[in-house]
Amino acid sequence: MVTFIIITLIKILIVFVFFLLMIAYLTWLERKLLGHFQVRLGPMRVGPHGLLQPFADGIKLLFKEDVTPAKVNKFIYNLAPLLTFIPALIIMAVIPFGDQIKIFGQSINLVISDFNMGILYVFAVTSLSVYGIVLAGWSSNNKYSLLGGLRSSAQMISYEVSLALSLIGVFMIAGSLSLVEIVKSQDKLFSWFIFRQPLGFILYLVCAIAETNRAPFDLPEADNELVAGYYTEYSSMKFAMFFLGEYGSMINVSALATTLFLGGWQGPFLPPVLWFLIKVCAFLFFYIWVRATLPRFRYDQLMNFGWKVLLPLTLLNILLTATIMVL
Amino acid sequence: MEIVVFAIISVVATVCAIFVISHRNPVSSALFLIATMVSLAILFLTLNAPFLAAIQIIVYAGAIMVLFLFVIMLLNLRKDEFGPERKRAQRFFAILFGFLFLILIATAIDVGLSTVGNPEVSTTKLAPAGVEMLAELLFTKYLFPFEIASVLLLVAIVGAVVMAKRKL
Repeated sequence: MVTFIIITLIKILIVFVFFLLMIAYLTWLERKLLGHFQVRLGPMRVGPHGLLQPFADGIKLLFKEDVTPAKVNKFIYNLAPLLTFIPALIIMAVIPFGDQIKIFGQSINLVISDFNMGILYVFAVTSLSVYGIVLAGWSSNNKYSLLGGLRSSAQMISYEVSLALSLIGVFMIAGSLSLVEIVKSQDKLFSWFIFRQPLGFILYLVCAIAETNRAPFDLPEADNELVAGYYTEYSSMKFAMFFLGEYGSMINVSALATTLFLGGWQGPFLPPVLWFLIKVCAFLFFYIWVRATLPRFRYDQLMNFGWKVLLPLTLLNILLTATIMVL
Repeated sequence: MEIVVFAIISVVATVCAIFVISHRNPVSSALFLIATMVSLAILFLTLNAPFLAAIQIIVYAGAIMVLFLFVIMLLNLRKDEFGPERKRAQRFFAILFGFLFLILIATAIDVGLSTVGNPEVSTTKLAPAGVEMLAELLFTKYLFPFEIASVLLLVAIVGAVVMAKRKL
């Protein structure tokens, strides 16, 4: 019992530190890649190729003045950044990043908690992450913030439905809701769910981008219409929290896509953890690539696309999967 | 362990529930309602029902309450719009439904007390109820109520669409 608690605490600590480092370097990667996509160099000054830029940014944000607008509801105003950041952080608890290993005679599962309904936990936590954005928009007492908050809540509710439904096909074939079991059912290259569920994969990809409010679905923070959307009034570390939350959830959906569609940690030659990281990074690269390529949707296009195209397609996917399974 | 969790969470749930009806600000009320629902989900977890806990959070805390907040923010209610005036009929129905609810609670407590010590209904000794078990029960033993509930939901959806369309 005691060893179990110690091992779990160590796993949490490692995952936590690594996750924060990944968020920090994701901001660097995004600026660097966007730079190169636009034939610039991106950050170059702090450290070789700007490698120390995330730390410089972090220190800058920490020492900025923390401004609270007049007449805001202080409690909710302070709560909102936490509500965006914490859900992004705790999703990592169920994502398996490696197979069982043996250290000092102890067999250790490389996942913090192999919960037999891991994916439902992910859905539950994601569904709560809307609140941070909505409450930030409302509590700022600023019409642009409020509009950003309202937009994002409408968008996240709409795309959450399709996101969950696009994964049903995977569960039907894998026959389990445990993420570890789902990874184990993709032991050969062609049993990866990207090949068995191609439509589901594409639908998941689109919904995941919309769910994390990234371009081309970044309407909640459309700069030219809404200043900076829901976090217009925030400054200093609270502002940074929203960014940590956003980049954290980018990593989460990438890790989830890796786990559900790309065979998780499995791959030849390299150690499993490394395979997992490579796949996640490939997804993150794709994310940034999409942002550099596509212009933003209009709001009515977004809603029509979500309800009239994505939702029927996810239902069709479930129907097709069920039909093939019965046959 | 379970007793401690139950003690803490039930107090949190009750206090939050009281704040829901006592708070003046509708957004705060909604937030306290969310807190109540999340604590209920934790209670389900201690009762070995992880599926129910997850669904509680996904459906109630995650979807329905977002819509509540959405509507409250769209209407942008201010404190002064809730005057002290209360209609007479409102008071009458409040007392009536309060009384009915009391009967409901009394029955629930009565049923609950009669099962104390009965090993068949003790949840803690069972394995956590999985999705498979739930699905099997829903599609065999409880098929009829399940279908009735889905028809009811369908009627509600159609009704909502009709009412929204009339205004368009």
